[in-house]
Amino acid sequence: MPPLARRNLFHDKIRLMVTLNGIVFAVVLIVVQLGLFFGFTTSTKGVLDHSQADLWITARNTPYVDVAVSFNERKYYQVLATPGVAAAQKYIVRWSQWKGQDGHTESVEVVGVDPDKAMGLPWNIVEGDVSQLKQPHAVMVDEIYKQKLGVHKVGEWFEVRDYRVKVVGFTRGIRAFTTAPYVFTTFKNAQDLCMFDVDKTNFVLVKAAPGADLKKLQAELQRRLPDNDIYTTREFAQKTSNYWMFTTGAGISVLMGAALGLVVGLVVVTQTIYATTLDHIREFGTLKAMGAPNSFVYRVIITQAAIAAVMGYSLALVVTFFVTHGGSSAGAPIMVTWRLLVAMFFVTVGMCITAGLVSIKKVMGLDPAMVFRG
Amino acid sequence: MEHEIAISVSGVTKTYSEGSSATTALNGVDLAVRRGELTMMMGPSGSGKTTLLSIMGCILRPTSGTVQVSGRDVTTLNERQMPAIRLRHMGFIFQGFNLFPTLTAGENVELSLQLKGTSGADGNKEARRLMELVGLGEKYDQYPRNLSGGQQQRVAVARAVAGSPEVILADEPTAALDSHSGRSVLELLQSLAHGQQRAVVVVTHDNRILDFADRMVRMEDGMITQS
Ligand SMILES: Nc1ncnc2c1ncn2[C@@H]1O[C@H](COP(=O)(O)OP(=O)(O)OP(=O)(O)O)[C@@H](O)[C@H]1O
Ligand SMILES: [Mg+2]
Repeated sequence: MPPLARRNLFHDKIRLMVTLNGIVFAVVLIVVQLGLFFGFTTSTKGVLDHSQADLWITARNTPYVDVAVSFNERKYYQVLATPGVAAAQKYIVRWSQWKGQDGHTESVEVVGVDPDKAMGLPWNIVEGDVSQLKQPHAVMVDEIYKQKLGVHKVGEWFEVRDYRVKVVGFTRGIRAFTTAPYVFTTFKNAQDLCMFDVDKTNFVLVKAAPGADLKKLQAELQRRLPDNDIYTTREFAQKTSNYWMFTTGAGISVLMGAALGLVVGLVVVTQTIYATTLDHIREFGTLKAMGAPNSFVYRVIITQAAIAAVMGYSLALVVTFFVTHGGSSAGAPIMVTWRLLVAMFFVTVGMCITAGLVSIKKVMGLDPAMVFRG
Repeated sequence: MEHEIAISVSGVTKTYSEGSSATTALNGVDLAVRRGELTMMMGPSGSGKTTLLSIMGCILRPTSGTVQVSGRDVTTLNERQMPAIRLRHMGFIFQGFNLFPTLTAGENVELSLQLKGTSGADGNKEARRLMELVGLGEKYDQYPRNLSGGQQQRVAVARAVAGSPEVILADEPTAALDSHSGRSVLELLQSLAHGQQRAVVVVTHDNRILDFADRMVRMEDGMITQS
């Protein structure tokens, strides 16, 4: 088949450049914005996604994980005594104040865990190990925040709310959504660092017995603890990320960036493909006069759009790689997944074909009798 | 040999209306063109030659009257069916050649063949044969911009004749050519009429080529004055 679509597309190199630029700009903008969206979403609920718990018990009406009110640890024993519960443990997540060696302070989010148990532990540990948290005053922080917290190496001492703490290890890539880095320590330490009464916790994490019906267990716990809320991990993670992404506007703003990319891409590609069609309008008239069916003419335009889409997308992948790499090392949690990239391919093709529709409409209205006019 | 009628129009009128003004371009035309003949249409500017050619070619619909192609009434066909009639029965040649500039000469012919259902190796082979037929076998891979006007028009003839339509319709095919090239294009068209029994209709102002006509149709004010 004579490659009419390809030849027409490549005929005007400058216009092709503009088309590809438009596509690349749109794709990179959309991928980066959506990558930020997923990155932010993931960071809002990191401690939930990695908790290994099946159920989270919170004080009544806790809107999200970072602002839970504390409740009496007696409930913990009630939970343990509930049939279908394989394990339970007390757990704290609470904001506090970190003081660097030079005296400057930073907000931090203290996470109190039981190093002897399986749930809620820090993950991706690259220096030290969980058992070292059992040393007096031990904490672990993420290496991303070394500079922010003024930490250089294991063994250094700091203060959290007038209590002395000692860094015993580092995690890698545990990003907080807020500006307050996570500080992992034992449950007992956390009670001190966050000024909890000794008989208070702010969560109880539950592991269901193998084969137990989670929904039934959730209902049973709710019946036994009428003053608490019982969430599955997934529900509570969802609630938390919804809060941060949609109540605060953080999510909307990145989604709007992505939408903007789509609009700009559509406009640029529509214009350039339309201009290419106009350049070759006489040929389309000739095709129609010769008796080419409309489907043939559409195919030429759609093929042009599709070739542009594939080329633009491929270029955009390269650019995206560098942008996300640069962005991530500059502290932006851009999370580009395979799924996002695959979906983006279809968005790109869809965008270009939509752009081609305007041209198709133009050619559809073409009177083949034009060929005999000067 | 009896010359079979390829296209016949009877009682055809055509009125172009633009807003409130209307132009009557054809005013009761009867004409039959036969296979094996080169019919030449002449007449002053605005007399309706192009309009008549377009109606015969099923590119334009008459305001009234009937058009038959190979004995079939096409006046009642819908917008989908008309292109199919053109594709099957007609080859067109234009004053400005209208080749596809981004395709080579040979690919232009291949494209026409493809539209008519012959593609791949068969299409390539047939396109080469047609390029030989118009004397441009050597120019198969040349782009139109690198060919002379006469050569481009001969490629257009090859493209028009691809798929063996029984009718070739040409509007001022020599207007943009020097006299020598013009005559060589007409020689080709004549051989298509005489050698391959096609109906060839040529609209022209060009006195230099009148001697190729088997039959002369003269038009004036939307009517045929001599045929
Ligand atoms: N699309 C159109 N809309 C309105 N009027 C038209 C249109 N096409 C042709 N006409 C008019 O119809 C009449 C016949 O035009 P046509 O083009 O058929 O003449 P022609 O004999 O081919 O002329 P020429 O030798 O200049 O090509 C003219 O008056 C012309 O102005
Ligand atoms: Mg004319």
